[in-house]
Amino acid sequence: MTAMSSSAAERRGIVRGLGSATYLAISGLIAIAFVLPLVWTAVSSVAVGPGEGAPGITLEHYQRLMSFGAGLPTYLANTLVVVAVTVLSSVVVSVLGGYAFSRFKFPGKQVLFAATLAILMVPHATILIPLYVLLGAVKLTNSLVGLGLVMVMFQLPFSIFMMRNSFDAVPRQLEEAALVDGCTSFGALTRVLLPAVMPGIVTVVLFAFLTGWNEFISALILLNDGANYTLPVALVSLVQGDWGQVDFGALQAGVVVSAVPCLLLFFVLQRAYMSGFTTGAIKG
Amino acid sequence: MTLSDLPSSTGRPARRWRDRPGIIGWLYAAPTAAVVVLLFVLPVALAVWMSLNKWPLIGGPHTLNFPDNYAHIPSDELFLQGIGFTVTYTVLIVFLLVIVAMVLALIVEQPRRGVGILRTAYFVPAVVGLTSSALLFYGLYSASIGPINPLLQALGIIKEPVDWLGTPTNALISTLILMTWRFAGFYMLILLTGLQAIPRDIYEAARIDGGGPFQIFRYVTLPLLRPSLALCFVMIVTGGLLAFEQFYVLTSGGPDNSTVTMVMAMFRQAFSLFDLGRASAIAVVMLIALVAVNALQLSVLRRQDP
Repeated sequence: MTAMSSSAAERRGIVRGLGSATYLAISGLIAIAFVLPLVWTAVSSVAVGPGEGAPGITLEHYQRLMSFGAGLPTYLANTLVVVAVTVLSSVVVSVLGGYAFSRFKFPGKQVLFAATLAILMVPHATILIPLYVLLGAVKLTNSLVGLGLVMVMFQLPFSIFMMRNSFDAVPRQLEEAALVDGCTSFGALTRVLLPAVMPGIVTVVLFAFLTGWNEFISALILLNDGANYTLPVALVSLVQGDWGQVDFGALQAGVVVSAVPCLLLFFVLQRAYMSGFTTGAIKG
Repeated sequence: MTLSDLPSSTGRPARRWRDRPGIIGWLYAAPTAAVVVLLFVLPVALAVWMSLNKWPLIGGPHTLNFPDNYAHIPSDELFLQGIGFTVTYTVLIVFLLVIVAMVLALIVEQPRRGVGILRTAYFVPAVVGLTSSALLFYGLYSASIGPINPLLQALGIIKEPVDWLGTPTNALISTLILMTWRFAGFYMLILLTGLQAIPRDIYEAARIDGGGPFQIFRYVTLPLLRPSLALCFVMIVTGGLLAFEQFYVLTSGGPDNSTVTMVMAMFRQAFSLFDLGRASAIAVVMLIALVAVNALQLSVLRRQDP
């Protein structure tokens, strides 16, 4: 998102012809249309809703959210277990794997890399049914850890691609000095290379977090006990009336709780976000 | 040559295999291989195997019944209807998203003041998870708290409140609006990257040759943007054919199963009709179709890439 510097004379394209006022009006209205739904949800999550009494500010929606179903704390904890498994395993697997793909020759390397990228070609939904059966066979039915591992697999093409590129961008001389000094390849990885590929790791962590945090369809299929639901599945069950009439106030609060971490990460880690976006767009 | 390379009777065989780069490489790649084989290759193989068997959700026995599960597909009304609906939805969302994303990209390509704010504003919905977005719009469209009906009534555009998810057409349009809101900024960014890669002198030359803004867009911008457009196209088509959660959240497939997608029909076969064999047959057919569509689109994309 770099700003382009150029004079008005260099403006190009069909939007060029628009006067400043028209441009501002159109672009501004569209911007409002895009941001308004988010603002509306945030505001109405703390506003007294229709039929809830005199207009004003209230935390009642959040209080109701705390106690719906198994309770917000349970759902948050479940989601965080999935996120932790996804993030930690993604980092370990992709750092080691990216190192292997970038620095080593081994038989079957091309096949393994192709197989990893093939995960992108196969629709996730189509392998959830066999995954459900397989996880059941190893007693990971309805398991948050099992769900986390499935998330690691879905994220793997991105994570591996990201880390292999990160290692490729580091000059070999950096670890060769360490290897000459008697370091093992693992020592060179942990002591010399890890700091150099840290931006790549941050990006892997960011997108693993977002995947684990937001995933719906896998969680819906693989978790079948209400007490084990992650936040998105629990919120959808709220809408579908699993707990009686739809509580829109609690729903608004739930959308806010679920969206705020994503928005915060976007604004704090914009660089990692954009580098991941570019990688993601290329791989697509 | 070091001492450890020489054979010795005190023997550290471990040292020797470790010295071979192929082995070390495999050690680092082993976790990746484990994830790929156990959680990807094996499930794909199992999907194929299940599709050849009678495989009830609970209990057994699992007996070979090929080709029954596949033979059932042509008489699976819900899935057939799902194909039609999913393709319709995909065609509509491709046009909608590409056009809106193109307009947004042209807006934020302008080197005007405050354009960074516009980019962020257009992109920000893409940051929120799809399920949260769908839940947000479920509230927007709702009769009890949704602001759309009161707003449109106040403006005099509609007289009676509209049930935004109540008819098949309304449900489809409402979902298309949600998806455009959620993804337009994402594709805008891809197109913006493409726009910024077009050299300026080409525009200059076109203008000197007397091209108007629309001619330049048609004969200079669009052809040069083709790789980026094709990339958007591939991603939107794949996403559209696999549509599930936007409809699951907003409509649950209703009204009257009018918004059941292919993926939804597959899961109903598995978890409502308890037939994993038939569901797997649908999965295998979809998998082959999607891989074929992907491969086809990518080959077209590559041909267009100069």
